[in-house]
Amino acid sequence: MNVLLDHLPEFRDGFLGTIALTAASAALALVLGILMAGFRVSPVPPLRAFGTAWVTLLRNTPLTLLFLVAFFVVPLILFPGISPFVLATLALGFYTSSFVCEAVRSGISTVPLGQAEAARSIGMTFMQTLRMIVLPQATRTVIPPLSSIFIALTKNSAIAGAFSNTELFNVSKLLSDKGFAIGWIFLWIALAYLVITFTISGVFRLLERRLEVAR
Amino acid sequence: MTASVLYDAPGPKAKVRNRVYAVVGSLAILGLLVFAVLRLDAKGQLNPELWDILNYANVRTNILNGVLTTLQVFAVAAVLSLVLGVLLAVGRLSDHKPVRWLATGFIELFRAIPLLITIYALWVLFLSYQSELGFTGEGTQFWALVIGLTVYNGSVQAEVLRAGINAVPKGQREAAYAIGMRKTQVMTTVLMPQAIRAMLPTIISQLVVTLKDTSLGFVITYEELLYTLRLMAQNTTINEQDTYLPLIVAGGVIYVAMCLALSALANWIERRGRRAKTGIAVAEAGQAVTAGDAMGAIDGATTPGPVDKTG
Repeated sequence: MNVLLDHLPEFRDGFLGTIALTAASAALALVLGILMAGFRVSPVPPLRAFGTAWVTLLRNTPLTLLFLVAFFVVPLILFPGISPFVLATLALGFYTSSFVCEAVRSGISTVPLGQAEAARSIGMTFMQTLRMIVLPQATRTVIPPLSSIFIALTKNSAIAGAFSNTELFNVSKLLSDKGFAIGWIFLWIALAYLVITFTISGVFRLLERRLEVAR
Repeated sequence: MTASVLYDAPGPKAKVRNRVYAVVGSLAILGLLVFAVLRLDAKGQLNPELWDILNYANVRTNILNGVLTTLQVFAVAAVLSLVLGVLLAVGRLSDHKPVRWLATGFIELFRAIPLLITIYALWVLFLSYQSELGFTGEGTQFWALVIGLTVYNGSVQAEVLRAGINAVPKGQREAAYAIGMRKTQVMTTVLMPQAIRAMLPTIISQLVVTLKDTSLGFVITYEELLYTLRLMAQNTTINEQDTYLPLIVAGGVIYVAMCLALSALANWIERRGRRAKTGIAVAEAGQAVTAGDAMGAIDGATTPGPVDKTG
């Protein structure tokens, strides 16, 4: 109990750090994931191949390895001295984008065939069909898997703490290094994660209800 | 096919246009790759000497040892998590309220907490009671990692199995009771085998997650593959440069190969299962990788059957 009260600022910083990291990488993952899903269903073979390679590679690599890449290889390619927050966001965002891509792609496949056929028959192009007819309808089916992907992302963000980001895992590590009982720290941190994940699933359930339409 | 829904078989005009897109797209992707390679080259990361370290015998032995320890952790954690998964699934479906609550609480708690934090907490706990528990040397890290992986993946596997058990047609259970089987017999001889069979692709996909997560041992300084790679990269300097790039590339190839081999097994079983006419649909192999990572995803996402396909 005392651990929490005595170190409220640390816990608060960690909590906010986890939220910031999750939000930033969720945004990146969403953009990249939808782009890659677009690539994977496009009529252009090289783009399809790129999308497939992207998903296969990122889904089968441990996130921890991606963190190593982000912290030791990316600065070589871009510029040295990028903040750890940006690097962690890159690693988390790229990793999660492969799951978002697959969710969006399977969402696209649930849109009835006739919808796309109708769109094409009135002369819409691939991009128009995708943007105005298919993706809006796919959104509905994509929301439940997206919710679980973002919850997973929240939990995965803990790894960033091991790479000198201030977030919840980092805080628990610091405090247990100072000799506080790990049991209590564990409990408070678990509670903090529960708050975040329940919020996410709540927001998504709300979205789901909002977007619900009889088909 | 998803692809063919969105566009017609291309005519002459569309073919030309697609070819233009193909060229432009390829050039853009190639451009990014070339940029990365040029930058790495400018930093001297592509020097042959740097990559030559992969030819050294002791580097290779180290990598091999890393792979072996990773597989060792994976093997123990996989077996234990499956055992725990079965126990928890049975517990969750128990007729006794306290058992049900206990199993549900356990599953929900460990699925909600980041695995890394569970592993770390176990490690700290084990370190402080090292002598009482009889751990020596690497035993502390090994068991922290294995038990962490077991409680997390066991919880996820339990949910997968529960979905599988619920998917067994009700008549099976009723028929089993009707011929006088006891509860335990119904579970072990009728429900479990069918559930495991139907869920095998998902179970194996979750094992891929387990395999990937062994790399979390890195954080608690357990000498599995990733930690070995990092240690070597830090300690081996050539031309005053650490050797992260070659070692990370080598490690990445190994991890991807191991995971792809396991997923291939899952896909093969899925395809085989779909041919069989048991009346219970086999779950899709791909789904668990996302769902398993997440809390509360199992209930909807991996329920086997035609729900997803006809929708």
